[in-house]
Amino acid sequence: MKAGVLGKSYNDGDVIVRQGKAGDCMYEILEGTVEVLREKDGKEICLAVLSKGDFFGEMSIFEREVRSATVRAMGEVRAITIDKKTLLRRISEDPSLAFRMIEKMANRIRELDKEIERLNTGY
Amino acid sequence: MIVIYAISTYNKQSMSTGHKNKKSSEDHPSSSDNNVSQLKLNDNSRIAVVGGGPSGSFFAYFLLGMAERVGLDLHVDIFETRDFDKQGPQGCNMCGGIISETLVQTLATEGIELPPNIVQRGVDSYFLHMDVGSVKIETPLREMRIAAVYRGGGPKGNTDLEWGSFDGYLLKLARKKGAQLIDDRVVEVVWKDGRPEIKTRGGTANSYDLLAVAVGVNSPTLKLFQGLNPDYKPPETTKTYICEYYLGHEEVGNTLGSSMHTFLLKIPRLEFAAIIPKGSYATVCMLGYKIDKELIKSFLNDPVVKKNFPSDWDSDKEDCQCSPRMHISPAKKPFAERVVFLGDCGVSRLYKDGIGAAYRTAKAAARSALFEGVSSGDFEKYFWPTCKSLKNDNAVGKLIFLIIGQLQKIKLTRRAILRMVSSEQKKEGKNRRMSAVLWDMFTGSAPYKEVFFRTLHPVFLIRFMWCSALELWPFEKKRTAIQEES
Repeated sequence: MKAGVLGKSYNDGDVIVRQGKAGDCMYEILEGTVEVLREKDGKEICLAVLSKGDFFGEMSIFEREVRSATVRAMGEVRAITIDKKTLLRRISEDPSLAFRMIEKMANRIRELDKEIERLNTGY
Repeated sequence: MIVIYAISTYNKQSMSTGHKNKKSSEDHPSSSDNNVSQLKLNDNSRIAVVGGGPSGSFFAYFLLGMAERVGLDLHVDIFETRDFDKQGPQGCNMCGGIISETLVQTLATEGIELPPNIVQRGVDSYFLHMDVGSVKIETPLREMRIAAVYRGGGPKGNTDLEWGSFDGYLLKLARKKGAQLIDDRVVEVVWKDGRPEIKTRGGTANSYDLLAVAVGVNSPTLKLFQGLNPDYKPPETTKTYICEYYLGHEEVGNTLGSSMHTFLLKIPRLEFAAIIPKGSYATVCMLGYKIDKELIKSFLNDPVVKKNFPSDWDSDKEDCQCSPRMHISPAKKPFAERVVFLGDCGVSRLYKDGIGAAYRTAKAAARSALFEGVSSGDFEKYFWPTCKSLKNDNAVGKLIFLIIGQLQKIKLTRRAILRMVSSEQKKEGKNRRMSAVLWDMFTGSAPYKEVFFRTLHPVFLIRFMWCSALELWPFEKKRTAIQEES
């Protein structure tokens, strides 16, 4: 890893987050692309592809559930972890810190709505 | 341009008494009126930010970002004459340049990434050096989450063209959000029709709905604003010493690695010292009582310090140096009607994480101004609690530094600390109690209050007493002495 960079580097195919495992942090992608996969009956379903500026693993910050999906590096990836405790403490001091997260999550809901519509109408 | 609620009432109250500046006192709004939400920012409100360092840029960035979210069109001017691309003290805001773990994570959450040309080196561990030995304290995730940066264009004479200034980067972000940069020196600030008016050397005079003062504690400009708020008392400061040594990129990696090196040495008047790896340079920072040449020399020539530099290193040949003042005690009432003091010239953190405090106070002021109002009462109710929490935490910090100062004097406790950390670092897991305490003290990652309470935990105290007892045990004492020699 270069001297002047932050976060942690992952190689192509590295699993950053494993479905079903407990988690106490979220990740912000600083460089590269990751795929979000749901593992079911031994098969992998790709739920999303995320890139620089996106975050993942935020559900375990707000829920006491295990990781809902596996996140795998597609090529070289650099990501920084954000601790649950640090984030929740900062949000309690400054709720506006969550604005960007809410915005991103709202975008995801919008995308999911479109997907449901597409599946129901066939368009 | 501006819509102000209850403006007539406001102007009636604007005849302040006892103001030092007679010219400005005629229009000075009464700061005794603590009614909340009388003065609001509205579409086309004008905001002046004096100082384009982190607190000024953060304030402009977040204010404009929040205004965009609520559909408000604000005009923000940032007055800054410094060119942050310039090398040496001219382009630099002079500090150690460490972005704490918490701030790096918070900025990532905000969507502010620190690019590789701004981060001179990612730091993933700390070395604690004492006369009784050294120990490495690693971050639990072994991840680069602390950033070593240069506030300006780097040390004098550096030829690294990829160099980027942290302050310059934040200023660019604020400008991208829509802030206007005014490269003109502020020479006078007066009250005009109940609003602060800023006069510049270039001859312009403009009044604003809100003035954010973010000039730090090393600028003579701060005096200009004291007349605006008779209750404001600037923060107390102490002199620090910072110098840079060119070692070469590879040599910095070989000698210092990706660790910050901190020193707890028994040198009179020295409170704390650190060496920070940055690009091709090593930055030496010293905090203490009345820092002078004698103290600097005794630290740099200490064998414990020298062993962290290459064998041919000459401590007299520094490439860049400065003795900036550092905030140690908060300003009194850092707000008034339409005026707010941010970062170092308001309230900051004791010894650590000054940039983190700049972020917190700037954002609190932006939230308060945008969602609540810009009256003295609004700032007291919505901005001051953030400052007060920093202020109260600093009081605990002072106590911790006092205790560390006493422990530093006793060889037995120094050895016990070393023993406890060394044994903790060999184990994985969350039970690294002394390591966590020292990590948070040195990095400024957690509030001092939290650090202090962790030291009161029975397990922490029992382990520390056990390590102290082992140091008294003759066989263990002999073994430690052999380890020290080696």
